[in-house]
Amino acid sequence: MANRRLAPAAEQPASFAFSPENAEWAKGQIEKYPEGRQASAVIPLLWKAQEQNGGWLPQKAIEAVADELGMPHIRVLEVATFYTMFALEPVGRFWIQLCGTVPCDSCGARELKDYLQGRLGPPGHVSADGNFSWLEVECLGACCNAPMAQINQDYYEDLTPQSLGVLMDDLAAGRPVKVGSQVGRVSSEPAAGAATLTDASLFDGSRVGAWRKRFEDQAADETDAKGKDEAASSERRAAVDPKPARPDAGRAVGTNAIDAPAQRAAAGQTPVPASTHTESSGVVASGEASGGEAGTQSSLPRGEPPPQPVASGASDGEVAAEAEEARVAKAIAGLPKDASPEQRADAVGRRPPGLDAARGGRADELTRIKGIGPGNAARLHALGIHHFDQIAAWTRDEVAWVGTYLAFPGRIDREGWVAQAAALAASDK
Amino acid sequence: MLSDQDRIFTNLYGLHSPGLDEAKKRGAWDGTKFLLEMGRDWVIDEMKASGLRGRGGAGFPTGLKWSFMPKKSDGRPHYLVVNADESEPGTCKDREIMRHDPHLLIEGCLLASFAMAAHACYIYIRGEYVAEKHALQKAVDEAYAAKLVGQDNVHGYPFDIYVHHGAGAYICGEETALLESLEGKKGMPRLKPPFPANMGLYGCPTTVNNVESIAVAGTILRRGGAWFAGLGGKNNTGTKLFCVSGHVNTPCNVEEELGITFRELVDKHCGGMRGGWDNLLCSIPGGSSVPLVPAEQIIDAKMDFDTLRNLGSGLGTAAVIVLDRSTDIVAAITRISYFYKHESCGQCTPCREGTGWMWRVMKRMTEGRAQRREIDMLLDVTKQIEGHTICALGDAAAWPIQGLIRHFRPEIERRIDRYSANPHSDPVPMAAE
Repeated sequence: MANRRLAPAAEQPASFAFSPENAEWAKGQIEKYPEGRQASAVIPLLWKAQEQNGGWLPQKAIEAVADELGMPHIRVLEVATFYTMFALEPVGRFWIQLCGTVPCDSCGARELKDYLQGRLGPPGHVSADGNFSWLEVECLGACCNAPMAQINQDYYEDLTPQSLGVLMDDLAAGRPVKVGSQVGRVSSEPAAGAATLTDASLFDGSRVGAWRKRFEDQAADETDAKGKDEAASSERRAAVDPKPARPDAGRAVGTNAIDAPAQRAAAGQTPVPASTHTESSGVVASGEASGGEAGTQSSLPRGEPPPQPVASGASDGEVAAEAEEARVAKAIAGLPKDASPEQRADAVGRRPPGLDAARGGRADELTRIKGIGPGNAARLHALGIHHFDQIAAWTRDEVAWVGTYLAFPGRIDREGWVAQAAALAASDK
Repeated sequence: MLSDQDRIFTNLYGLHSPGLDEAKKRGAWDGTKFLLEMGRDWVIDEMKASGLRGRGGAGFPTGLKWSFMPKKSDGRPHYLVVNADESEPGTCKDREIMRHDPHLLIEGCLLASFAMAAHACYIYIRGEYVAEKHALQKAVDEAYAAKLVGQDNVHGYPFDIYVHHGAGAYICGEETALLESLEGKKGMPRLKPPFPANMGLYGCPTTVNNVESIAVAGTILRRGGAWFAGLGGKNNTGTKLFCVSGHVNTPCNVEEELGITFRELVDKHCGGMRGGWDNLLCSIPGGSSVPLVPAEQIIDAKMDFDTLRNLGSGLGTAAVIVLDRSTDIVAAITRISYFYKHESCGQCTPCREGTGWMWRVMKRMTEGRAQRREIDMLLDVTKQIEGHTICALGDAAAWPIQGLIRHFRPEIERRIDRYSANPHSDPVPMAAE
């Protein structure tokens, strides 16, 4: 922490008041902040007061700012002593703040410090002619132009003791000086001249709008993807992802991909809200119908992210699954929202016959079928389905019934439960 | 080397006018309305997809930060606060943005505010940047005059932007200290939680972002998160302004891909190492807060967040301070210690007392006026400061010293031995300051 105190009483002026134009300026500052938050303007006002008072902040100015903002004096005093840019003691006409932090330090700030020490004496004292005082300060943020100093409000960069000396002479004599780099750099480009940002097309406006192509291409891609041969994209997908048929495969983005029964159950909902499902099927249908038209995407509401094309599923059952899904959606559309899974399922198919108990008291391990997890296995057991051969014997109607009951219409086809069960039943014999 | 076509800050060096007309030719304010019409979620998703990590030092994903703001206002206004209190030693990039490409920043403020349902934005600029403050204010005035921002602007999203300036406190670069300062108090960091996204400026939901993070938003949204993510490496995507200072032939600011090697950065843009590569002693790659990395480890290292973290350092603000063999490395780190002693806000005891203690011990060690066992004691004290303060200034004060001891312990020991081998009359011990 820096140890900062107010100037001794002898140096303090008897009073301070903002000049009329500064008072006007202060009002403008206060307006920047919400009502009742005028304390936010304390730093700008103190800053102005310091400027008006010749570069340092007397006690009366601190109190005047406090009164202006309706703050207790001590709060403003705290601020004034906390921030190091408020000079609490008189400074020279040119107040030199020399950056002494590592990047400057390693590039010659020490020589500058020695120079100032030699010319002006120890830091914090105003020179006899009242022109200069200096202080070593912490990083001023012009490190690529090290070493540098701030004199009053301006930065002077790329200094050497010689150029600093010339600069000080010029300032004292009132001659014009060049602000910024003292070795001819514009700003922080390499001293040898910038090797980058030389491409003229960056500046002549020819690149303006080029980015819009991205959105046009994207819109075109999406319409293309809709019309593409399903099989082709399936093959591509299968090569990348050998696991066929993920739950979201083949569905439009409009459907909720993680809309799984477990999640719905956790949320206390009935497994398939009929209305949602119908809607999402509707999107599939309309999307397919207008597949070739360029207008499909742009007609979507702008507020939503543009939908991404989703690759289709890759199993043999895919076509059946899609048809199944659409048929189920249509069949259950008319049911009331609170229809039970059985009611829904009855609307689309026939309940497969079940056993009262597993044969020999031991059920097959249904989870060996890819697509049946412990949850689905339990629900199948509840239906009286305990054995692979039972599943293998399902008819189309029964498949539809079970699929709808489990709230996975089409999934049984897509994952080929029946075929898997037949294979497992055969291998178990 | 990054192609000019992929650079975001095309007027980095101020070779062209920062004015609105020229800025528009360079691509600022191009189709901003179109981007806003894509919606809040799209903006945030695109920022997330870009993989942009905050450019203020900590490297927190910007898109994620934006998504922390409440989706619906509970009646309190939302604020965006841009942290332009650039004071990390070695860092001088935001300055160039504010004085040469201010319209990218202002446009970014509008886009970010829109994504967070904020209708007011404060840019907190450090007090020393007087010229930059005027340049930025001029650009803001231009934007108001052209109705690009304001209550009744062409984008149809009421939005006000204010430039606020501080008065020279490093600690105000810490986001909660910055908010305190903006409220007109001493810049002392607040305890978190509550995080600014819930209780920030004036007790309202607030997001504080670095200038560079905000200023790149417009270009990212235009060219796409995928474009930005395609530059750099995994988890370290995009371009970054590097501020190379110290002992290179031509120190400069330059925008480069994250993951460029140290050697390439210095050779391509900074005219090579002063005195050749054999002359490299070490580098402080991310502003003075991060531990130094010795020459043999840094020279071919990729300049990105993860590589430098694995080297026991960090990318920080990408302020690369290069030091050659002429450097008195112990004195250099002592100077950094002094910086933290000077800038500690005094709120937490470990930092207030510890930074001064560490500086005094370091000062003795520079001369060798110490005991060998004090090296371990110093290391132990740094560990006790690190992580035991409200903000990260305690960590930042501890790390440079830890880095020095880790890599240059023999140098400190050599000095101690040399000092003790010669007769000295002990100076009068100093009282604690």
